[in-house]
Amino acid sequence: MRWLRKHILAIIAIAVLVYLFIPIAVIMVLSFNNPAGKFNLSWNEFSTDAWTGLCDVPGVCSSFVQSIEIGLIATIIATVLGTMISFALVRYRFRGRSTTNLLIFLPMATPEVVMGASLLALFLNMKFPLGILTITVAHIMFIISFVVVTVKARLQGMDPRLEEAARDLYADSRAVFRYVTFPLVLPGILGAALLGFSLSFDDFIISYFNAGTLVTFPIFIWGAAQRGIPVQVNALATLVFLIALAIVLGGQFFQFRRRKSLDRPAPLVAAEKVDAFSRS
Amino acid sequence: MTDQPRQVEDLHLRNLTKKFGDYTAVDTLSLTIPAGSFFALLGASGCGKTTTLRMVAGLEDPTDGTISIGDRDITGTRAFERPVNTVFQSYALFPHLDIFENVAFGLRRRKVKDVKPQVERMLELVELGPLARRKPAQLSGGQQQRVAVARALINQPDVLLLDEPLGALDLKLRRQMQIELKRIQTEVGTTFVHVTHDQEEAMTMADTVAVMNSGRIEQMGHPADIYELPRTVFVANFLGQSNLFAGHKSGVTGDEYVVSANGQTFAVPTARCFTDGDSIIVGVRPEKMTVLDAIDIGKIPEHHNRVGGRVTDVSYMGVSTQYLVMTAWDQEIIVFEQNVVVGDRSAVGDDVLIHWSPRHTFGLDGSAGTTVGVDPDVLELEAVNQALASDDSAG
Amino acid sequence: MAVVMPQATTTKPATVAQRKSSTGYLLLFPGIAWLGVFFAIPLVTLFATSLQTPIEGKTGKYQPGFDVGNYADAISQYWPQFLRSFLYAGTATVLALVIAYPLAYFIAFRAGKWRSLMLVLVVAPSFASFLLRTYAWKTILADDGPITSTLNTLHLLPDGRLLNTWVAVVAGLTYNFLPFMILPLYAALEKIDPRLVEAASDLYASPATAFRKITWPLSMPGVVAGTLLTFIPAAGDYINASLLGSPKNRMIGNAIQNNFIEFRDYPMASALSFILMAIILVLVFTYIRRAGTEDLV
Repeated sequence: MRWLRKHILAIIAIAVLVYLFIPIAVIMVLSFNNPAGKFNLSWNEFSTDAWTGLCDVPGVCSSFVQSIEIGLIATIIATVLGTMISFALVRYRFRGRSTTNLLIFLPMATPEVVMGASLLALFLNMKFPLGILTITVAHIMFIISFVVVTVKARLQGMDPRLEEAARDLYADSRAVFRYVTFPLVLPGILGAALLGFSLSFDDFIISYFNAGTLVTFPIFIWGAAQRGIPVQVNALATLVFLIALAIVLGGQFFQFRRRKSLDRPAPLVAAEKVDAFSRS
Repeated sequence: MTDQPRQVEDLHLRNLTKKFGDYTAVDTLSLTIPAGSFFALLGASGCGKTTTLRMVAGLEDPTDGTISIGDRDITGTRAFERPVNTVFQSYALFPHLDIFENVAFGLRRRKVKDVKPQVERMLELVELGPLARRKPAQLSGGQQQRVAVARALINQPDVLLLDEPLGALDLKLRRQMQIELKRIQTEVGTTFVHVTHDQEEAMTMADTVAVMNSGRIEQMGHPADIYELPRTVFVANFLGQSNLFAGHKSGVTGDEYVVSANGQTFAVPTARCFTDGDSIIVGVRPEKMTVLDAIDIGKIPEHHNRVGGRVTDVSYMGVSTQYLVMTAWDQEIIVFEQNVVVGDRSAVGDDVLIHWSPRHTFGLDGSAGTTVGVDPDVLELEAVNQALASDDSAG
Repeated sequence: MAVVMPQATTTKPATVAQRKSSTGYLLLFPGIAWLGVFFAIPLVTLFATSLQTPIEGKTGKYQPGFDVGNYADAISQYWPQFLRSFLYAGTATVLALVIAYPLAYFIAFRAGKWRSLMLVLVVAPSFASFLLRTYAWKTILADDGPITSTLNTLHLLPDGRLLNTWVAVVAGLTYNFLPFMILPLYAALEKIDPRLVEAASDLYASPATAFRKITWPLSMPGVVAGTLLTFIPAAGDYINASLLGSPKNRMIGNAIQNNFIEFRDYPMASALSFILMAIILVLVFTYIRRAGTEDLV
């Protein structure tokens, strides 16, 4: 009983983590399912057909590729624009700061329905054809804010003394940026890009409003939800999940390994201590 | 790294001023730092010493005044154009570069050839050779500090600025580094300008110490000179401790002033007085004083100054004993006595006489009061203690 | 009497000298222009559209107008959806807070070297498609699934099903936005010095009291950020309602989507969107005022 009291928090925490993964498990398991009817909702029999024939169902692979294309373009542009804004916010003085801040952070507080709807209203009023251009434009729009938040935090957390030290050591402004500022902000920029890409790839609502006849992966899934989602979709989603997980875990592991190899081996530590002592 | 000491020139600061809005951090500071010397800028937090340093480094633009090395005016130049390097308080080592690249940074920016042998030699100098490929985060505080010094020195600057570099180190390591830095400075011959609030550090390491207060230099000179003969109340209180008695001159005998303060008479050599008017503050350092039991009054040399009181505190500190003695006019006097004779100490409550030679006495301008330069927190505590003590003695 | 001025820090705060130059504006311009054109202006266009009037004889075509009556129509027709949306979103937010807090607390204070890994695990489910994850709940909460059957045998379900009820919708909302609650909570909790709790227990506070008086108040910025980041998207969501609920559970997002895409009643859809925005902004501002935290981002 006392063991329970002591560990109740850990138990709850693990339970919540498990809860977060239940639907993931369902998705993965059902990717190996051969459904009885059109709907892949309950387990029928084991089959790897979906995995071996990933592109068998028309529209699955094309929408997947479409989402990746849009994601890449939107992410690159949004990351560049967002990083520029971050630098301006943190390092420069300018007028109209509060309006700028509002404009940047309001998209994060606006429901997607409203953002998607308003963009659609704009395009309709401009009589602009809906398609890949409108979706990409929309994605860039809502990714920028997230990039700014991420990169800005990273910039603000940087010790300003480091840039001063660089200037003290004969680096002019360009060299300071190239050798000190940029390398130190880069992890933040990469993180923001990763975040941006995942937001774009998984976006449904805003895309749906502005896609016209174009089909992205989430739009395909939504359309298929009424008729029955092909098992291939589960397989692809599982694939994306595993790859993303691998990337993130890989990054963590890589950092962990570097930190471990940085611990000095025991004999060296002892030798240093003796040195220090004999010199005092 | 044993080339003969370099030819460097004096560093001149002329009327250097820095204002932040209404706040004046540095106030028409004029100073010449001799070439090749180890110079310490000593002062409390907020006195402007770090701002002065940053102006010399080029990290801060002066509101007014000039900075020159020899005849070269460097006031308008940018940080990366000056032959001046800084060892930062927090070291500011580049976390994404290893030690080798950190030290090599300045050389690379200046497009110097043969970086590798120079860096290796410098790392040997600070005894960090085997750690060249590690990152700063993996080094101890002392090691990081040495990297910071190496990184700056390798560029053979005309002036090396040190901004309280030893603050984060523990006592023994700090002592070690102080000796190290002195050794390096003598070997290399660069002018070192060391900014610190630690007076022991300043006096141990520097050839010349300048005491700074509110943007101005109060007194400057060889550590022993300014310690033994402070010229202002601030220096008397800030550098070490002093017992100060406010009084006025009542006459002259030979080369000494006769001063009367709190009903007592003191002799102060005229050469050690820095006040023209009648009012004067008589001062003496605690370690110059001797404590005798009141009955031993006969043992006091005739020409010595003396004060009587009652012991209120005895603190045995190993090397010395610190006494607090309360006088008849409710002033608490501090005395440090070296523990030469074991066991021979006065006790709390004893009536004692304190005496010292006039040669150790100094006279200061009394207009600002006797507590200038004392940490306000300390003042507050002292007031509380004295109130309690006089309650005790009254009750 | 001159006294040495005590200063809290040495000289001044260490900030990078802010350069004033045209470079700042140049850096800002492209991104801000983009946001201006594709976020701010559309909102204006939306507002204009909400005031349009229908062209006689042509469905789906509208002319610029100033028909404020559209708003009255919107509210009278869809007030149940509005109410429902805020109720569902509110419930989901509270549930999310209750579920997220223990996990965030554990990661911040007890996880030690597992911290990074656990944070990855919190974010990881977001790598799988949002739609599919919601769809998966149809399997989990299926009528013949383990959860529904168990609850049925315990006679806890009045309708005999979980799917197609508001319960499923709220459950879906809670699940989907849980990471948005966990991460800000964690960020705020992580900043709390654990020695403060130690100091509290040294001063006779029980663990529960220490939590109430020290940890909880200090975690408020995270609570505010988390509840906002959960409530706002939840209020506008319609996917959970579509996939997991019945026509009785439709939320305002559904109405907006229907009006835009299916009915092509652009003025109505725009009016609904604006009303949603307005209500959210009002709620958010009063909430922030009461909670008293300014710097959320």
